[in-house]
Amino acid sequence: MVDYQEYLAFIYSALETLNKKQVALSEDTELVGDIGLSSLEVMEFIEKIEDHFDISIPLNILPDVSTIGELAKKIHQLNL
Amino acid sequence: MLFDKFQAMADFRAELAEQGVAPFGAVTEEILSATEGIVQGRKVILAGTNNYLGLSYDSRCIAKAQEAAQRWGTGTTGSRVANGSFEGHQALEDEIAAFYGVDHAIAFSTGYAATMGMCATLAGPGDVILLDADSHSSIYSGVKLSGADIIRFKHSNPDDLAKRLRRLGDRAGQALIIAEGIYSMLGDVAPLQEIAAVKREYGGYLLVDEAHSMGVLGESGRGAAQAAGVEDDVDFIVGTFSKSLGSVGGFCVSPHAELENIRFCINAYIFTASSSPSVVASTREALRIISSEPERREQLWRNSHQLYDGLKSLGLKVGPSASPVVAVEFEDHAKTIACWQGLMDQGVYVNLVVPPASPSTNFLLRNSVSAAHSPQQIDTIIAAYASLKDSGLLPSAEHGEG
Repeated sequence: MVDYQEYLAFIYSALETLNKKQVALSEDTELVGDIGLSSLEVMEFIEKIEDHFDISIPLNILPDVSTIGELAKKIHQLNL
Repeated sequence: MLFDKFQAMADFRAELAEQGVAPFGAVTEEILSATEGIVQGRKVILAGTNNYLGLSYDSRCIAKAQEAAQRWGTGTTGSRVANGSFEGHQALEDEIAAFYGVDHAIAFSTGYAATMGMCATLAGPGDVILLDADSHSSIYSGVKLSGADIIRFKHSNPDDLAKRLRRLGDRAGQALIIAEGIYSMLGDVAPLQEIAAVKREYGGYLLVDEAHSMGVLGESGRGAAQAAGVEDDVDFIVGTFSKSLGSVGGFCVSPHAELENIRFCINAYIFTASSSPSVVASTREALRIISSEPERREQLWRNSHQLYDGLKSLGLKVGPSASPVVAVEFEDHAKTIACWQGLMDQGVYVNLVVPPASPSTNFLLRNSVSAAHSPQQIDTIIAAYASLKDSGLLPSAEHGEG
Protein backbone atom coordinates (compact mmCIF):
# COMPACT_ATOMS: atom_id res chain seq x y z
CA MET A 1 0.00 0.00 0.00
CA VAL A 2 1.44 3.34 -1.06
CA ASP A 3 1.31 5.99 1.64
CA TYR A 4 0.67 9.72 1.40
CA GLN A 5 4.36 10.67 1.67
CA GLU A 6 5.25 8.41 -1.21
CA TYR A 7 2.65 10.08 -3.45
CA LEU A 8 3.90 13.46 -2.33
CA ALA A 9 7.52 12.60 -3.08
CA PHE A 10 6.68 11.44 -6.57
CA ILE A 11 4.59 14.54 -7.26
CA TYR A 12 7.57 16.72 -6.34
CA SER A 13 9.84 14.80 -8.67
CA ALA A 14 7.29 14.75 -11.50
CA LEU A 15 6.95 18.52 -11.27
CA GLU A 16 10.68 19.18 -11.66
CA THR A 17 10.59 19.54 -15.45
CA LEU A 18 7.27 21.38 -15.45
CA ASN A 19 8.25 23.92 -12.79
CA LYS A 20 9.63 26.44 -15.27
CA LYS A 21 9.36 29.37 -12.88
CA GLN A 22 11.35 27.39 -10.29
CA VAL A 23 8.74 27.99 -7.59
CA ALA A 24 9.67 26.55 -4.19
CA LEU A 25 7.45 23.47 -3.85
CA SER A 26 5.48 22.59 -0.74
CA GLU A 27 2.17 20.90 0.05
CA ASP A 28 0.50 24.32 -0.21
CA THR A 29 1.87 25.15 -3.66
CA GLU A 30 -0.92 25.56 -6.21
CA LEU A 31 -0.44 23.59 -9.41
CA VAL A 32 -2.05 26.17 -11.68
CA GLY A 33 -2.00 29.33 -9.56
CA ASP A 34 1.66 29.12 -8.43
CA ILE A 35 3.44 26.80 -10.87
CA GLY A 36 1.33 27.95 -13.82
CA LEU A 37 0.59 24.54 -15.36
CA SER A 38 -1.54 24.75 -18.51
CA SER A 39 -4.46 22.37 -18.91
CA LEU A 40 -2.40 20.19 -21.27
CA GLU A 41 0.50 20.13 -18.79
CA VAL A 42 -1.87 19.13 -15.99
CA MET A 43 -3.01 16.14 -18.06
CA GLU A 44 0.58 15.11 -18.87
CA PHE A 45 1.52 15.43 -15.22
CA ILE A 46 -1.48 13.37 -14.07
CA GLU A 47 -0.57 10.70 -16.62
CA LYS A 48 2.96 10.49 -15.22
CA ILE A 49 1.54 9.81 -11.77
CA GLU A 50 -0.92 7.27 -13.14
CA ASP A 51 1.75 5.31 -14.99
CA HIS A 52 4.21 5.40 -12.10
CA PHE A 53 1.73 3.97 -9.59
CA ASP A 54 -0.29 1.98 -12.18
CA ILE A 55 -3.52 3.69 -11.20
CA SER A 56 -6.15 5.81 -12.95
CA ILE A 57 -7.05 9.20 -11.51
CA PRO A 58 -10.63 10.12 -12.41
CA LEU A 59 -11.06 13.55 -14.01
CA ASN A 60 -13.95 14.32 -11.70
CA ILE A 61 -11.67 14.64 -8.66
CA LEU A 62 -9.62 17.42 -10.26
CA PRO A 63 -11.99 20.36 -9.66
CA ASP A 64 -11.49 19.81 -5.90
CA VAL A 65 -7.72 19.88 -6.17
CA SER A 66 -5.61 23.00 -6.37
CA THR A 67 -2.50 22.31 -4.26
CA ILE A 68 0.15 19.58 -4.31
CA GLY A 69 -0.99 18.41 -0.87
CA GLU A 70 -4.62 18.16 -1.93
CA LEU A 71 -3.66 16.08 -4.94
CA ALA A 72 -1.54 13.67 -2.89
CA LYS A 73 -4.35 13.35 -0.36
CA LYS A 74 -7.00 12.65 -3.03
CA ILE A 75 -4.88 10.01 -4.74
CA HIS A 76 -4.13 8.42 -1.40
CA GLN A 77 -7.84 8.30 -0.50
CA LEU A 78 -8.72 6.81 -3.89
CA ASN A 79 -6.29 3.98 -3.48
CA LEU A 80 -6.76 3.03 0.17
CA MET B 1 -16.08 39.66 -10.98
CA LEU B 2 -18.63 37.44 -12.67
CA PHE B 3 -17.42 38.37 -16.14
CA ASP B 4 -13.65 38.12 -15.56
CA LYS B 5 -13.50 34.61 -16.93
CA PHE B 6 -14.66 35.87 -20.32
CA GLN B 7 -11.77 38.31 -20.70
CA ALA B 8 -9.64 35.92 -22.74
CA MET B 9 -12.51 35.56 -25.21
CA ALA B 10 -12.98 39.32 -25.29
CA ASP B 11 -9.28 39.78 -26.08
CA PHE B 12 -9.39 37.18 -28.86
CA ARG B 13 -12.48 38.75 -30.43
CA ALA B 14 -10.86 42.17 -30.27
CA GLU B 15 -7.79 40.75 -32.04
CA LEU B 16 -10.01 39.35 -34.80
CA ALA B 17 -11.88 42.63 -35.11
CA GLU B 18 -8.58 44.49 -35.44
CA GLN B 19 -7.72 42.25 -38.37
CA GLY B 20 -11.18 42.82 -39.84
CA VAL B 21 -11.97 39.10 -39.75
CA ALA B 22 -15.22 37.56 -38.48
CA PRO B 23 -14.87 33.79 -38.78
CA PHE B 24 -17.24 32.78 -35.99
CA GLY B 25 -20.94 32.91 -36.69
CA ALA B 26 -20.40 34.19 -40.22
CA VAL B 27 -23.91 34.86 -41.46
CA THR B 28 -25.10 33.00 -44.53
CA GLU B 29 -27.34 35.48 -46.29
CA GLU B 30 -28.57 33.12 -48.95
CA ILE B 31 -28.31 29.43 -49.79
CA LEU B 32 -27.90 28.85 -53.53
CA SER B 33 -27.44 25.08 -53.47
CA ALA B 34 -26.10 22.36 -51.17
CA THR B 35 -22.60 23.64 -51.89
CA GLU B 36 -22.96 27.37 -52.59
CA GLY B 37 -24.22 30.35 -50.65
CA ILE B 38 -23.83 34.05 -50.06
CA VAL B 39 -21.76 34.57 -46.91
CA GLN B 40 -20.71 38.02 -45.72
CA GLY B 41 -21.95 39.46 -49.00
CA ARG B 42 -19.87 37.12 -51.14
CA LYS B 43 -20.76 34.07 -53.22
CA VAL B 44 -18.77 31.19 -51.79
CA ILE B 45 -18.31 27.46 -52.13
CA LEU B 46 -19.45 25.96 -48.84
CA ALA B 47 -16.53 23.79 -47.73
CA GLY B 48 -17.11 24.10 -44.02
CA THR B 49 -20.41 22.33 -43.44
CA ASN B 50 -21.25 18.80 -42.39
CA ASN B 51 -23.55 18.29 -45.35
CA TYR B 52 -21.71 15.10 -46.30
CA LEU B 53 -24.31 13.68 -48.67
CA GLY B 54 -25.66 17.01 -49.89
CA LEU B 55 -29.18 16.33 -48.66
CA SER B 56 -29.90 19.66 -46.96
CA TYR B 57 -31.25 21.03 -50.22
CA ASP B 58 -32.74 17.87 -51.72
CA SER B 59 -36.09 18.58 -53.36
CA ARG B 60 -37.64 15.35 -52.05
CA CYS B 61 -36.71 16.17 -48.45
CA ILE B 62 -37.97 19.73 -48.86
CA ALA B 63 -41.28 18.46 -50.28
CA LYS B 64 -41.77 16.10 -47.32
CA ALA B 65 -41.02 18.91 -44.88
CA GLN B 66 -43.53 21.18 -46.60
CA GLU B 67 -46.25 18.50 -46.54
CA ALA B 68 -45.64 17.81 -42.86
CA ALA B 69 -45.73 21.49 -41.89
CA GLN B 70 -49.00 21.86 -43.78
CA ARG B 71 -50.55 18.84 -42.12
CA TRP B 72 -49.07 18.89 -38.61
CA GLY B 73 -48.16 22.54 -38.04
CA THR B 74 -44.84 24.21 -37.35
CA GLY B 75 -44.04 22.76 -33.94
CA THR B 76 -45.16 20.21 -31.37
CA THR B 77 -45.04 22.66 -28.45
CA GLY B 78 -44.20 19.90 -26.03
CA SER B 79 -41.98 17.11 -24.79
CA ARG B 80 -41.97 13.59 -26.17
CA VAL B 81 -43.25 12.36 -22.80
CA ALA B 82 -46.17 14.80 -22.82
CA ASN B 83 -47.95 16.09 -25.93
CA GLY B 84 -44.94 16.06 -28.27
CA SER B 85 -44.96 12.51 -29.63
CA PHE B 86 -46.56 12.64 -33.05
CA GLU B 87 -46.97 9.75 -35.46
CA GLY B 88 -43.84 10.89 -37.33
CA HIS B 89 -41.59 10.70 -34.25
CA GLN B 90 -42.64 7.13 -33.65
CA ALA B 91 -42.15 6.23 -37.32
CA LEU B 92 -38.72 7.88 -37.34
CA GLU B 93 -37.67 5.80 -34.33
CA ASP B 94 -38.91 2.61 -36.00
CA GLU B 95 -37.08 3.49 -39.19
CA ILE B 96 -33.78 4.44 -37.57
CA ALA B 97 -33.88 1.21 -35.53
CA ALA B 98 -34.55 -0.78 -38.73
CA PHE B 99 -31.71 1.07 -40.51
CA TYR B 100 -29.36 -0.14 -37.77
CA GLY B 101 -30.89 -3.62 -37.57
CA VAL B 102 -31.80 -3.29 -33.87
CA ASP B 103 -35.08 -3.14 -32.01
CA HIS B 104 -34.75 0.02 -29.97
CA ALA B 105 -34.28 3.68 -30.83
CA ILE B 106 -34.82 7.10 -29.30
CA ALA B 107 -35.10 10.26 -31.38
CA PHE B 108 -33.86 13.46 -29.74
CA SER B 109 -34.33 17.10 -30.67
CA THR B 110 -30.61 17.65 -31.37
CA GLY B 111 -27.52 15.52 -31.76
CA TYR B 112 -25.93 17.29 -28.80
CA ALA B 113 -28.92 16.34 -26.64
CA ALA B 114 -28.71 12.72 -27.80
CA THR B 115 -25.03 12.29 -26.98
CA MET B 116 -25.00 14.43 -23.86
CA GLY B 117 -28.24 12.85 -22.62
CA MET B 118 -27.10 9.27 -23.10
CA CYS B 119 -23.67 9.89 -21.54
CA ALA B 120 -25.26 11.68 -18.58
CA THR B 121 -27.82 8.96 -17.96
CA LEU B 122 -26.26 5.58 -18.72
CA ALA B 123 -23.70 5.83 -15.93
CA GLY B 124 -24.24 7.36 -12.51
CA PRO B 125 -22.48 7.84 -9.18
CA GLY B 126 -20.41 4.76 -8.38
CA ASP B 127 -20.10 3.78 -12.05
CA VAL B 128 -17.07 4.41 -14.21
CA ILE B 129 -16.79 5.88 -17.69
CA LEU B 130 -13.75 5.53 -19.95
CA LEU B 131 -13.76 8.07 -22.72
CA ASP B 132 -11.42 8.90 -25.57
CA ALA B 133 -9.38 12.00 -24.69
CA ASP B 134 -10.44 13.79 -27.89
CA SER B 135 -14.16 13.24 -27.34
CA HIS B 136 -16.67 15.85 -28.47
CA SER B 137 -17.91 18.49 -26.05
CA SER B 138 -21.33 16.80 -25.85
CA ILE B 139 -19.64 13.69 -24.44
CA TYR B 140 -17.59 15.64 -21.91
CA SER B 141 -20.68 17.59 -20.83
CA GLY B 142 -22.68 14.40 -20.45
CA VAL B 143 -20.15 12.44 -18.45
CA LYS B 144 -19.63 15.42 -16.16
CA LEU B 145 -23.36 15.46 -15.42
CA SER B 146 -23.45 11.71 -14.84
CA GLY B 147 -21.67 11.82 -11.47
CA ALA B 148 -19.68 8.73 -12.49
CA ASP B 149 -15.91 8.41 -12.20
CA ILE B 150 -14.48 9.71 -15.47
CA ILE B 151 -11.28 8.24 -16.84
CA ARG B 152 -9.76 9.35 -20.14
CA PHE B 153 -7.80 7.04 -22.41
CA LYS B 154 -5.33 8.33 -24.98
CA HIS B 155 -6.94 9.28 -28.26
CA SER B 156 -7.68 6.21 -30.39
CA ASN B 157 -5.27 4.14 -28.30
CA PRO B 158 -6.70 0.66 -27.54
CA ASP B 159 -3.60 -0.28 -25.49
CA ASP B 160 -4.17 2.65 -23.16
CA LEU B 161 -7.85 1.70 -22.90
CA ALA B 162 -6.85 -1.87 -22.02
CA LYS B 163 -4.39 -0.63 -19.39
CA ARG B 164 -7.07 1.47 -17.76
CA LEU B 165 -9.65 -1.32 -17.82
CA ARG B 166 -7.10 -3.65 -16.23
CA ARG B 167 -6.52 -1.10 -13.47
CA LEU B 168 -10.26 -1.10 -12.73
CA GLY B 169 -10.24 -4.75 -11.71
CA ASP B 170 -13.75 -5.98 -10.97
CA ARG B 171 -15.28 -2.65 -11.97
CA ALA B 172 -14.24 -3.11 -15.62
CA GLY B 173 -17.18 -5.36 -16.41
CA GLN B 174 -19.65 -2.57 -15.68
CA ALA B 175 -17.67 0.30 -17.22
CA LEU B 176 -19.06 2.44 -20.02
CA ILE B 177 -16.51 2.88 -22.83
CA ILE B 178 -17.05 5.82 -25.18
CA ALA B 179 -15.49 6.35 -28.60
CA GLU B 180 -16.46 8.14 -31.78
CA GLY B 181 -16.58 6.85 -35.35
CA ILE B 182 -14.98 9.72 -37.25
CA TYR B 183 -13.53 12.46 -35.04
CA SER B 184 -15.06 15.73 -36.12
CA MET B 185 -12.08 18.05 -36.09
CA LEU B 186 -9.28 16.06 -37.74
CA GLY B 187 -11.43 13.51 -39.57
CA ASP B 188 -9.56 10.47 -38.27
CA VAL B 189 -11.43 7.16 -37.88
CA ALA B 190 -11.41 5.34 -34.53
CA PRO B 191 -9.75 1.89 -34.43
CA LEU B 192 -13.04 0.23 -33.50
CA GLN B 193 -11.91 -3.32 -34.26
CA GLU B 194 -9.18 -3.02 -31.65
CA ILE B 195 -11.39 -1.15 -29.18
CA ALA B 196 -14.08 -3.85 -29.53
CA ALA B 197 -11.44 -6.53 -28.95
CA VAL B 198 -10.40 -4.79 -25.72
CA LYS B 199 -14.04 -4.65 -24.65
CA ARG B 200 -14.42 -8.37 -25.34
CA GLU B 201 -11.37 -9.08 -23.16
CA TYR B 202 -12.26 -6.91 -20.18
CA GLY B 203 -16.02 -6.52 -20.43
CA GLY B 204 -17.97 -3.28 -20.15
CA TYR B 205 -20.43 -1.52 -22.41
CA LEU B 206 -19.44 0.28 -25.59
CA LEU B 207 -21.07 3.48 -26.83
CA VAL B 208 -20.02 4.81 -30.24
CA ASP B 209 -20.85 8.30 -31.46
CA GLU B 210 -21.37 8.02 -35.21
CA ALA B 211 -22.30 11.70 -35.70
CA HIS B 212 -19.72 12.22 -38.46
CA SER B 213 -19.60 8.65 -39.78
CA MET B 214 -23.27 7.80 -40.28
CA GLY B 215 -24.00 7.91 -44.00
CA VAL B 216 -20.27 8.14 -44.63
CA LEU B 217 -18.81 4.76 -43.63
CA GLY B 218 -20.04 1.17 -43.77
CA GLU B 219 -21.64 -0.90 -46.49
CA SER B 220 -25.09 0.55 -45.88
CA GLY B 221 -23.92 3.80 -44.29
CA ARG B 222 -24.40 2.84 -40.65
CA GLY B 223 -20.99 4.19 -39.78
CA ALA B 224 -17.58 3.21 -38.47
CA ALA B 225 -18.77 0.22 -36.43
CA GLN B 226 -20.31 -1.32 -39.53
CA ALA B 227 -17.19 -0.57 -41.57
CA ALA B 228 -15.06 -2.27 -38.89
CA GLY B 229 -17.42 -5.26 -38.68
CA VAL B 230 -17.93 -4.87 -34.93
CA GLU B 231 -21.57 -3.82 -34.64
CA ASP B 232 -22.29 -6.84 -32.44
CA ASP B 233 -19.86 -5.47 -29.87
CA VAL B 234 -21.50 -2.06 -29.72
CA ASP B 235 -24.16 -1.56 -27.05
CA PHE B 236 -25.25 1.95 -27.96
CA ILE B 237 -24.84 4.03 -31.09
CA VAL B 238 -25.60 7.72 -30.88
CA GLY B 239 -25.67 10.10 -33.80
CA THR B 240 -27.20 13.10 -35.39
CA PHE B 241 -29.64 13.98 -38.15
CA SER B 242 -27.87 17.28 -38.80
CA LYS B 243 -24.99 16.06 -40.90
CA SER B 244 -25.50 13.32 -43.52
CA LEU B 245 -29.28 13.60 -43.17
CA GLY B 246 -29.28 17.38 -43.65
CA SER B 247 -31.85 18.28 -40.99
CA VAL B 248 -31.53 18.51 -37.21
CA GLY B 249 -32.03 16.09 -34.33
CA GLY B 250 -30.24 13.12 -32.82
CA PHE B 251 -30.72 9.49 -31.98
CA CYS B 252 -29.62 6.54 -29.92
CA VAL B 253 -30.10 2.95 -31.09
CA SER B 254 -29.41 -0.19 -29.12
CA PRO B 255 -30.09 -3.92 -29.08
CA HIS B 256 -30.81 -3.61 -25.34
CA ALA B 257 -34.51 -3.57 -24.42
CA GLU B 258 -33.53 -1.47 -21.38
CA LEU B 259 -33.32 1.52 -23.71
CA GLU B 260 -37.10 1.81 -23.36
CA ASN B 261 -36.70 2.43 -19.62
CA ILE B 262 -33.64 4.61 -20.01
CA ARG B 263 -35.69 6.87 -22.33
CA PHE B 264 -37.79 8.06 -19.38
CA CYS B 265 -34.72 8.92 -17.31
CA ILE B 266 -32.97 11.23 -19.80
CA ASN B 267 -33.47 14.88 -18.89
CA ALA B 268 -32.30 16.03 -22.31
CA TYR B 269 -35.17 14.00 -23.79
CA ILE B 270 -37.85 14.72 -21.22
CA PHE B 271 -37.42 18.41 -20.55
CA THR B 272 -37.29 19.78 -24.07
CA ALA B 273 -39.74 20.12 -26.95
CA SER B 274 -39.69 17.38 -29.57
CA SER B 275 -38.56 18.02 -33.14
CA SER B 276 -40.86 19.93 -35.47
CA PRO B 277 -42.97 17.74 -37.77
CA SER B 278 -41.26 19.20 -40.86
CA VAL B 279 -37.84 18.26 -39.46
CA VAL B 280 -39.01 14.73 -38.70
CA ALA B 281 -40.44 14.35 -42.20
CA SER B 282 -37.32 15.52 -44.02
CA THR B 283 -35.16 13.34 -41.79
CA ARG B 284 -37.23 10.25 -42.63
CA GLU B 285 -36.97 11.01 -46.34
CA ALA B 286 -33.21 11.55 -46.08
CA LEU B 287 -32.85 8.25 -44.25
CA ARG B 288 -34.73 6.54 -47.08
CA ILE B 289 -32.48 8.23 -49.64
CA ILE B 290 -29.18 7.27 -48.00
CA SER B 291 -30.38 3.67 -47.90
CA SER B 292 -31.38 3.63 -51.55
CA GLU B 293 -28.63 5.81 -53.11
CA PRO B 294 -25.24 4.39 -52.09
CA GLU B 295 -23.69 6.24 -55.03
CA ARG B 296 -23.81 9.40 -52.88
CA ARG B 297 -21.38 7.80 -50.46
CA GLU B 298 -19.13 6.71 -53.31
CA GLN B 299 -19.07 10.26 -54.71
CA LEU B 300 -18.35 11.65 -51.24
CA TRP B 301 -15.25 9.48 -50.97
CA ARG B 302 -14.06 10.37 -54.48
CA ASN B 303 -14.38 14.04 -53.53
CA SER B 304 -12.68 13.46 -50.18
CA HIS B 305 -9.67 11.83 -51.84
CA GLN B 306 -9.48 14.62 -54.40
CA LEU B 307 -9.36 17.33 -51.73
CA TYR B 308 -7.08 15.41 -49.37
CA ASP B 309 -4.60 14.55 -52.12
CA GLY B 310 -4.69 18.12 -53.45
CA LEU B 311 -4.02 19.77 -50.09
CA LYS B 312 -1.40 17.20 -49.18
CA SER B 313 0.43 17.79 -52.44
CA LEU B 314 0.68 21.47 -51.47
CA GLY B 315 2.69 20.36 -48.46
CA LEU B 316 0.04 21.19 -45.91
CA LYS B 317 -0.19 19.37 -42.60
CA VAL B 318 -3.30 17.24 -43.06
CA GLY B 319 -4.49 14.11 -41.24
CA PRO B 320 -3.07 10.61 -41.72
CA SER B 321 -5.62 9.51 -44.33
CA ALA B 322 -8.36 10.84 -46.57
CA SER B 323 -11.70 11.55 -44.95
CA PRO B 324 -14.69 13.82 -45.60
CA VAL B 325 -13.17 16.09 -42.94
CA VAL B 326 -9.83 17.42 -44.18
CA ALA B 327 -8.27 19.62 -41.53
CA VAL B 328 -5.10 21.65 -42.04
CA GLU B 329 -3.15 22.31 -38.84
CA PHE B 330 -1.19 25.47 -38.08
CA GLU B 331 0.95 26.51 -35.14
CA ASP B 332 0.89 30.18 -36.19
CA HIS B 333 -2.47 31.48 -35.03
CA ALA B 334 -2.35 34.88 -36.76
CA LYS B 335 -1.43 33.27 -40.06
CA THR B 336 -4.33 30.81 -39.77
CA ILE B 337 -6.78 33.65 -39.32
CA ALA B 338 -5.29 35.48 -42.31
CA CYS B 339 -5.57 32.28 -44.38
CA TRP B 340 -9.23 31.88 -43.42
CA GLN B 341 -9.92 35.40 -44.69
CA GLY B 342 -7.76 34.75 -47.75
CA LEU B 343 -9.93 31.77 -48.64
CA MET B 344 -13.10 33.81 -48.12
CA ASP B 345 -11.72 36.50 -50.42
CA GLN B 346 -11.37 33.81 -53.07
CA GLY B 347 -14.91 32.53 -52.56
CA VAL B 348 -14.22 29.52 -50.32
CA TYR B 349 -15.82 29.18 -46.90
CA VAL B 350 -14.15 26.77 -44.46
CA ASN B 351 -14.24 26.48 -40.66
CA LEU B 352 -11.67 28.18 -38.48
CA VAL B 353 -11.19 25.99 -35.42
CA VAL B 354 -9.38 27.13 -32.28
CA PRO B 355 -8.77 25.44 -28.91
CA PRO B 356 -10.55 23.91 -27.08
CA ALA B 357 -12.45 22.73 -30.17
CA SER B 358 -9.16 21.72 -31.78
CA PRO B 359 -7.49 18.82 -29.97
CA SER B 360 -4.15 20.60 -29.41
CA THR B 361 -2.95 24.18 -29.13
CA ASN B 362 -2.88 24.37 -32.93
CA PHE B 363 -5.46 26.24 -34.97
CA LEU B 364 -7.20 24.39 -37.79
CA LEU B 365 -8.71 25.22 -41.11
CA ARG B 366 -11.33 22.52 -41.26
CA ASN B 367 -12.57 21.65 -44.72
CA SER B 368 -15.50 19.34 -45.09
CA VAL B 369 -16.45 17.60 -48.28
CA SER B 370 -19.90 16.92 -49.66
CA ALA B 371 -21.05 14.39 -52.23
CA ALA B 372 -22.73 17.39 -53.85
CA HIS B 373 -19.41 19.16 -54.53
CA SER B 374 -18.41 18.94 -58.17
CA PRO B 375 -14.82 17.97 -59.01
CA GLN B 376 -14.44 21.51 -60.36
CA GLN B 377 -15.47 22.99 -57.01
CA ILE B 378 -12.90 20.80 -55.23
CA ASP B 379 -10.28 22.01 -57.70
CA THR B 380 -11.29 25.60 -56.92
CA ILE B 381 -10.81 24.96 -53.19
CA ILE B 382 -7.36 23.47 -53.80
CA ALA B 383 -6.46 26.37 -56.11
CA ALA B 384 -7.46 28.85 -53.39
CA TYR B 385 -5.02 27.21 -50.98
CA ALA B 386 -2.34 27.14 -53.69
CA SER B 387 -2.79 30.85 -54.23
CA LEU B 388 -2.33 31.50 -50.50
CA LYS B 389 0.85 29.50 -50.69
CA ASP B 390 2.08 31.57 -53.64
CA SER B 391 1.39 34.73 -51.65
CA GLY B 392 3.54 33.43 -48.79
CA LEU B 393 0.72 32.95 -46.29
CA LEU B 394 0.88 29.17 -46.33
CA PRO B 395 3.90 27.18 -45.22
CA SER B 396 6.35 25.61 -47.62
CA ALA B 397 6.15 21.93 -48.54
CA GLU B 398 9.39 21.23 -46.67
CA HIS B 399 7.95 22.20 -43.32
CA GLY B 400 4.31 21.34 -43.73
CA GLU B 401 3.58 23.69 -40.89
CA GLY B 402 2.40 27.22 -40.32
